[in-house]
Amino acid sequence: MVEYVWPDRKDVSVLGGSHDKIDGPAKCTGTAKYSYDINPPKMAMARVLGCPHAHCKLKSIDTAAAEKIKGVVAVRALKNAGDEIKWQGDLIACVVGETDGAAVEGLAAIKAEYEPLDVFVDEEDLAAAEKAGRAKKGAGKVQLEKEPGDGEDEAEFEEKELARLFKEAAAVVDGYYGIRAITHMCLETHGSTAEWKDGKVTSHLSTQNVSGTAGQIGGPLGLTADDVTVHCDYIGGGFGSKFAADSWGVLAARLAKELDRPVKLMLDRDLELKIAGARPSGFANVKVGANSEGVLTVWDSHHWTTGGPEGGALSQDVMPYVIVPPNFRRKTTNVSTNTGPTRAWRAPNHPQGCALSQTAVDDVAAKLGMDSLEVFRRNLINVPEARRKLYEEEMTIAAKLMDWQAKWHPHGKGKANGSVVTGMGMAMHTWQGGGHPSSCRVKIHPDGGLECFLGSQDLGTGTRTVIATVLAETFGLPIDAVKVNIGSSKYPPSGPSGGSTTVGGVSESSRHAGLDALAQLNEKVAEKLGANADDLVAKGGRIFDKNDTNKGLAWKEACSLLGMNPLEVTSRGAPGRNSKLSSSGVGGVQMAEVAVDRETGEVRMKKFVAVQDMGLVVNRKTAESQILGALIMGIAFSLFEERIMDAKTGAFLNAEVADYKLPRLGDIGELVVEIYEPDEERARGVIGLGEPPVIGPGAAISNAVCNALGVRVPVLPMTPKQVLDTLKARNA
Amino acid sequence: MKAFEYASPRSEEEAVELLAHSGTSEVLAGGTDLMGLMKKMIITPDRVVSLSRVESLKAIQADSQMFRIGAMATLDDVLEHPATRNYPALLQALQAHGSLQMRSQGTLGGELCQRPRCWYFRNGNGLLTNRGRHVAEGDNRFHAILDNAGPAKFVCPSRVAPALIALSASVRVLGPEPGDETEMPLELLFRTPKHEGQREHDLLANQFVAQIVLPAVDGRLSASYEVHHDAGGQDYPLLAAAASLAMRGGVVADARIVLGQAAPTPWMSREAIDAIVGRPITPQTAEAAGEAAVSVATPLSHNEYKVQLAKVAVKRALLKAAGLETGGFC
Amino acid sequence: MSNVGKPAPNKSGFSRRAFLKGSGAAAAASALATAPGVAEGAETSLVVGPGGSTITLDVNGQSHKLAVEPRTTLLEALRYGLNVTGPKPISVDGSSGGSTVLIDGKPASANSVLALDCVGKKIITAESLAGDKLDPVAEAFVHHDASQCGFCTPGFVIAVKAFLAKHPKATEAEIRAGLNGNLCRCGTYGNIIPAVLDVVKGAGNG
Repeated sequence: MVEYVWPDRKDVSVLGGSHDKIDGPAKCTGTAKYSYDINPPKMAMARVLGCPHAHCKLKSIDTAAAEKIKGVVAVRALKNAGDEIKWQGDLIACVVGETDGAAVEGLAAIKAEYEPLDVFVDEEDLAAAEKAGRAKKGAGKVQLEKEPGDGEDEAEFEEKELARLFKEAAAVVDGYYGIRAITHMCLETHGSTAEWKDGKVTSHLSTQNVSGTAGQIGGPLGLTADDVTVHCDYIGGGFGSKFAADSWGVLAARLAKELDRPVKLMLDRDLELKIAGARPSGFANVKVGANSEGVLTVWDSHHWTTGGPEGGALSQDVMPYVIVPPNFRRKTTNVSTNTGPTRAWRAPNHPQGCALSQTAVDDVAAKLGMDSLEVFRRNLINVPEARRKLYEEEMTIAAKLMDWQAKWHPHGKGKANGSVVTGMGMAMHTWQGGGHPSSCRVKIHPDGGLECFLGSQDLGTGTRTVIATVLAETFGLPIDAVKVNIGSSKYPPSGPSGGSTTVGGVSESSRHAGLDALAQLNEKVAEKLGANADDLVAKGGRIFDKNDTNKGLAWKEACSLLGMNPLEVTSRGAPGRNSKLSSSGVGGVQMAEVAVDRETGEVRMKKFVAVQDMGLVVNRKTAESQILGALIMGIAFSLFEERIMDAKTGAFLNAEVADYKLPRLGDIGELVVEIYEPDEERARGVIGLGEPPVIGPGAAISNAVCNALGVRVPVLPMTPKQVLDTLKARNA
Repeated sequence: MKAFEYASPRSEEEAVELLAHSGTSEVLAGGTDLMGLMKKMIITPDRVVSLSRVESLKAIQADSQMFRIGAMATLDDVLEHPATRNYPALLQALQAHGSLQMRSQGTLGGELCQRPRCWYFRNGNGLLTNRGRHVAEGDNRFHAILDNAGPAKFVCPSRVAPALIALSASVRVLGPEPGDETEMPLELLFRTPKHEGQREHDLLANQFVAQIVLPAVDGRLSASYEVHHDAGGQDYPLLAAAASLAMRGGVVADARIVLGQAAPTPWMSREAIDAIVGRPITPQTAEAAGEAAVSVATPLSHNEYKVQLAKVAVKRALLKAAGLETGGFC
Repeated sequence: MSNVGKPAPNKSGFSRRAFLKGSGAAAAASALATAPGVAEGAETSLVVGPGGSTITLDVNGQSHKLAVEPRTTLLEALRYGLNVTGPKPISVDGSSGGSTVLIDGKPASANSVLALDCVGKKIITAESLAGDKLDPVAEAFVHHDASQCGFCTPGFVIAVKAFLAKHPKATEAEIRAGLNGNLCRCGTYGNIIPAVLDVVKGAGNG
């Protein structure tokens, strides 16, 4: 009977260590092949045309001139006359050329006529949205400790009770907060290289979902998933935007089939930003009441947000975020805009919820003239009891790493160095991160070779190395003894990589498959050694009897017992309540320190501390990298990036790398990462890590800027313009 | 990109000859700007004349009287030339460039002749879209706060022009006929266009910038100051100022103060100059010069913050030139 | 100089203009240039195109013949002509640094350079850092986990090579100020800084 558990901390060989990524050399020397890099012979180049208008009716489309251009192989209209187009960049037509240049000239020759329709893109302006008929009441919730009396009108009671609570509060903050929509900006744009051969399609698709996209491509082409292979060894960024095959992924496969030759179709950068997903914005009026200790007693918020043409967007569930007072009311309004539809973006909803609500918590500290850390600490009474101790300890560690106590000054009361003031802020977050369903095939060759196969993918988190670490630990071998095969839909299926589910998922499945395979091998070894299979241990390149360590076989010798055929075992992981290998639910505390030039509004990161729990750590090095990267992405949306739309035309104005501001190497300040893994956390098994550390930066950095200036810069990103406009409004 | 002819002259004279032909031509220097514009079909020349093989255009010569920089010298070539150290405003403007690729690949001539970053222009709406209404009624957060009453509301993107103009640079322009050669003050290279079809550089067709000439520094103090969104200086500044000062008896005898990213051209601030000449450089007089510089500012709907930035940039450039504390992160 | 602001009349018929259509053999299969109109000898002609021609590029120490059009960028020539895909297409101009290569030892964004301008020059890409013994910069990147998705990494590594060639003893402050031409979306900057510092230290010890 195989018991699916991790070895104790004292017994591990490689699990939890700090290991170089096994695909690091390929990535660092340009030899790793991404979908964009696959260039089969006779490949044709496809280009797509996006609609220049944000909202219009397509009156006519004429592709005749494009078809006549030298080097153009095929032209396809992707919309019909009469179709309504609801965002700029929505795909109108596709041209396939012998060369990229021919395709581009073909696109330029396509004639389309449009009838412009009303455009609305400025969702922050709620009054204008309402006037334009673009605002729709969304979900909401009220939770009050007291209940209405018999026969009392509920709505009336609600108002009265909230009014009473605010009146009783020692401090009331009535604030406005916002966070603008951002895009994914995957450095490898969306797309694929598709091949057609013998009635079957191979799609080299840039995807976070190798196992799940074959059917999406096969269906529209009248093929079964068996006739489609999705292949993706390396993906140049996804961040939640590359779960689906997408119309352009299907189109490339269709064109390959119709033209009977390979076709490459990658989106141009500007189209990627316009149509391939964005993170919803959020703007909120928040009123909070707290007692004289700074403990929140009541909350009343209304947030509005856009998810694109269909409205939708930011969930109500993240308001208030983590710190939830006993009495609260939240309302939402969804605004329909002529902007590309939103998609999941690393930790969907949470970064916005955190930025819109933990800023209000910090404003309570400012109002009471209290230390922000103390206010957050006291508000642990408002977080679920099971996690209070965790947050408390993470706060203590973070404060020490930040030297919070020595550096702290009340909001706006720091000593200025010329025009420069500094400040600190903090935030806390939570995420589930349970593993996804995953299967793994382990293959042990008689010559000692060890391979595994999973239809998973590597988003950059080091999936291959995680799997290799788990199997190396399981078989008592070095990491480089494991050959990891991922990135094909022909391998046993794994879930899509999203929501911090991959490391949990593949750790489960590879541990299961590894232990199952080892048990079978051990049967043979036991027979040979005359030992009990249950007493065998695989460690240090040997399989031996734990009661007599001299009684054993070297790994190769053990494998030679397999005879002619390799041993293959496919097992499915079993994440969930009963698993001892993985679980879900983490916290995390972050503290930011900034410097702000009051004269220019420039904000510079000084220091950023992240303390993060993740259950059991598989590979410390890649785990730390995930946190570091999340902090930098957080700095990006706190200080730099935003989708900028032309209010009049709905054009996406900054849809090129040069115009879409992102931090560079010089912008990050000092980053300090501490992984929190005491025994009781490690005992919970593996929990996903990708999302949690990207949640807190918005609030932490906004709070730090507020602490420096003594005034809240309400909307992220806090650009020099935002900062100066805020200071000017205060002085006016 | 639209298909084009590639012309590769080996001499300055050949370059002028190759520019003249029946279609439209563009001069290709480092490529850091033109290539992107051609890929987006914003510029669609019939012929591209690459200056990469004209060795004479890469030459840098310095003597006690003049500092002559070929237009095809890269920003790094200039930065690393010992004579550049005599011109702090130029040195600082080059050092502020945070992209090593841009510095290594971009040329001084190309830097001066790059096209505006205006996102309406770059998205294919033309430079003076709808006589400027598009910008006036749109998102103009990065647009001009000075000289913006006409259809041109973009800002001159050059990061070295303010310094070079403050240092009284001139440019040697070749063409339109082979053998034609003109030298003019650098500020005259730039103009505020009044109608579509008129570019922001005052060059005739078949003319190009061949050389930048700086006079001897003659004891003048100078400095550049850029205000940035990013810390590393990879991005274009939000605002910049360069100043060069002749001091006599502790007061400013003569000044040239030029704002960058503030107007459709590098903007020589008469007001700031008048405010500082005859005074010593102190935090108070520098502040007053900054105030004077923006006294004529006419911000658009979304860029009032740039007025504050212009004020600060002028103040800090003056303080920096005088070797005083500028404030800020420096 | 009189600045009249009027464009001079265009001239036609430059005497030495030479269209070299139809001569020479078509180059090997390539997604860059169509076979018709391929010309030889772009190295010497004053004017070529707009059709294709055959050129020779020196990439990572090896000489390659390939067909290009005048509009073919060095990046396209590398990726589609020679299947050298380390340099990546990330931005329309050079603003991401993702296509950084060395041209005669100097860093440049291959996507903003014409292939025809690179004839006779030595091109070095990230692929040159592979081999039995990994280049020290690539090795430091691996050891410090300075790649995540890895799409920006080949350009970044080359940029670091170029930076260290000029600043072999760079301090941390100089590294932070000097490597801003490359964009990473996953957020590897925090790993790159210690990686570069390691190379500096290694160079100092060696």
